Amino acid sequence: MRAGLVVAAVAVLLALPHVLGPYYMTLVLPAIAYGIALLGYNLLFGYGGLLSFGHALFVAIGAYCAAVLSTRLGIRSFEAMLLAAGAAAVAVSIPVGLLSVRYVKIFFGILTLAFGMLFHSFLFKFYNITGGDTGIHVSRPSLFGRDFADLGQIAFLVGPFYYYCVGLLVALGFAMWRIVHSPFGLHLVATRENRRKSEYLGVRVRLFRLIAFAISALYCSVGGVILAVNTGQADPELAYWTHSGDLVFMTVLGGFASFFGPIIGAFTFVLLKAQLTGMTDYWRFWLGVILLAIVILFPRGIAGLGRDLWARVRKA
Amino acid sequence: MIAFLDVVIGGVFHAAVLFLVAAGLQLVFGVQKIVNLACGSFYALGAYFGVSAVTWALGAGLPPALFLPVLLAAGLAIGLIGPFIEALLLTVYHRDEAFQLLLTFALVLMFEDVLRYFWGADPQQLGNLVMTYGTLSAGPLKVPTYNVLVIAASIAIAAGLGAFLRRTRFGRILRATAENREMSLALGVNVRWIYASVFTLGTVLGTVGGALVVPTAAASLDMPVSLVVEAFAVVVIGGLGSMRGALLGALIVGLMRAAAISWYSELEMLSIYLVVIVVLVLRPAGLFGKPVE
Repeated sequence: MRAGLVVAAVAVLLALPHVLGPYYMTLVLPAIAYGIALLGYNLLFGYGGLLSFGHALFVAIGAYCAAVLSTRLGIRSFEAMLLAAGAAAVAVSIPVGLLSVRYVKIFFGILTLAFGMLFHSFLFKFYNITGGDTGIHVSRPSLFGRDFADLGQIAFLVGPFYYYCVGLLVALGFAMWRIVHSPFGLHLVATRENRRKSEYLGVRVRLFRLIAFAISALYCSVGGVILAVNTGQADPELAYWTHSGDLVFMTVLGGFASFFGPIIGAFTFVLLKAQLTGMTDYWRFWLGVILLAIVILFPRGIAGLGRDLWARVRKA
Repeated sequence: MIAFLDVVIGGVFHAAVLFLVAAGLQLVFGVQKIVNLACGSFYALGAYFGVSAVTWALGAGLPPALFLPVLLAAGLAIGLIGPFIEALLLTVYHRDEAFQLLLTFALVLMFEDVLRYFWGADPQQLGNLVMTYGTLSAGPLKVPTYNVLVIAASIAIAAGLGAFLRRTRFGRILRATAENREMSLALGVNVRWIYASVFTLGTVLGTVGGALVVPTAAASLDMPVSLVVEAFAVVVIGGLGSMRGALLGALIVGLMRAAAISWYSELEMLSIYLVVIVVLVLRPAGLFGKPVE
């Protein structure tokens, strides 16, 4: 059942460029980017029970790695960007994580928020290194050494780059599926449910949380690289705390208690936001109303809603 | 020396306003255990409403010298949206705090557009009204009288709040509820009422803070999200839930920001986040906070 749904979803993703126009395709790309980022984020939030309000930090690290590599160093390889971003994110996540995972709940949230904002003000203020508020341009990367010079920018993004990103989503999604079902993933859930008991059982709570933190940072940075290539720009707003808030929003919208919930949330959020911004100047208000409704009425998100409906259908 | 004193006075002024917002945050966290991301939105709401109220009052023929009482009244009046917001929060009191935080994040999003709807995207300001009170000078040092009045008002509010929490019956019940909600309930305290009043008080502190600051700085749409991080820095440095902590934290953040702006502006906010991180690492509960877990 579930495997069938996943195969169907991937088939739909692969067919999309033939069905949708370029406008909608440029929305599907960020949705995939956020989908990848949230797969990692939810390891920490959904499975580990740690609410970070600063993970936009790692998305921004990914984006700036792509920007520095392509514009400052002249390296065009997309694989090199992914590797550099992942390495940088993990390298930053270890000291940040070491300090943050000593806390839980609101203190963890505030500490991660402070680290995120620290990076934001660095990006914003140190104009010479980071380009200040305008950020750094990201030029088109090459995929597996091919630079597709015959394709225009849009054709490249919705063509080879899109399929590449779908491949990344599937591969990283599969890896995450293995992670959450491994003994490590189960231990992580145990530390969320009852920290003390799992300590008695010999789980090294902080180490496991740190590892989850580093993995989530890695996934977020990959999402950041895709976002930056898609918009052609890395700017400080990517690290701002409201962007971290968006990440949490998407996760809860899709349903953090479900493995696929965050991906559903990412797609819903990106499409919803595009629709709302097209319809009204006051799209933030309506996004807020939707978040309010989700939090108050449907705390298990879209995935939870779907599951309830499915259960009712089967009973009937 | 004069430059140094200017920085100190600027810092203390900023601290006075920050303290009001942070005190509201502390009060709500102390009693209801909710971290209110929308405190910055209340602050901005107070600022915008203050501009409109003063502009209206001056148009109605009020002498400019009376604008401070008008601002205070405007801040107090718009703070009365508190109970309505609290009614929304009521639905998530028993839930995980992730939901509480997200609910206030939803409020941040909504308020930004509410402000945009009523006041537009352009910053609103009161022009040179501050100067109606003139400047105080001590030798070569010149300070706008208004800034001194705001500092005094903030000190008065801090003292009043302290006396209210320590000496009055309501204040004692409030602190008891913060300490142990179940026991208060068992002893017949109307916790619903306590929660609604505490949240409203927190809101009023924010809106009054915003109203007081607006003659010296324009009200703008990015006010809420940037103030929240400063207010967070204050409560984390001081310790979540502690009033003395809010006072000390506000002074540290206010002075550091003023110093950084005038001597090395690249470090403006960076220095504050660094202090937050250092405090959390060395004293996890903040300078005056109670240790948790």
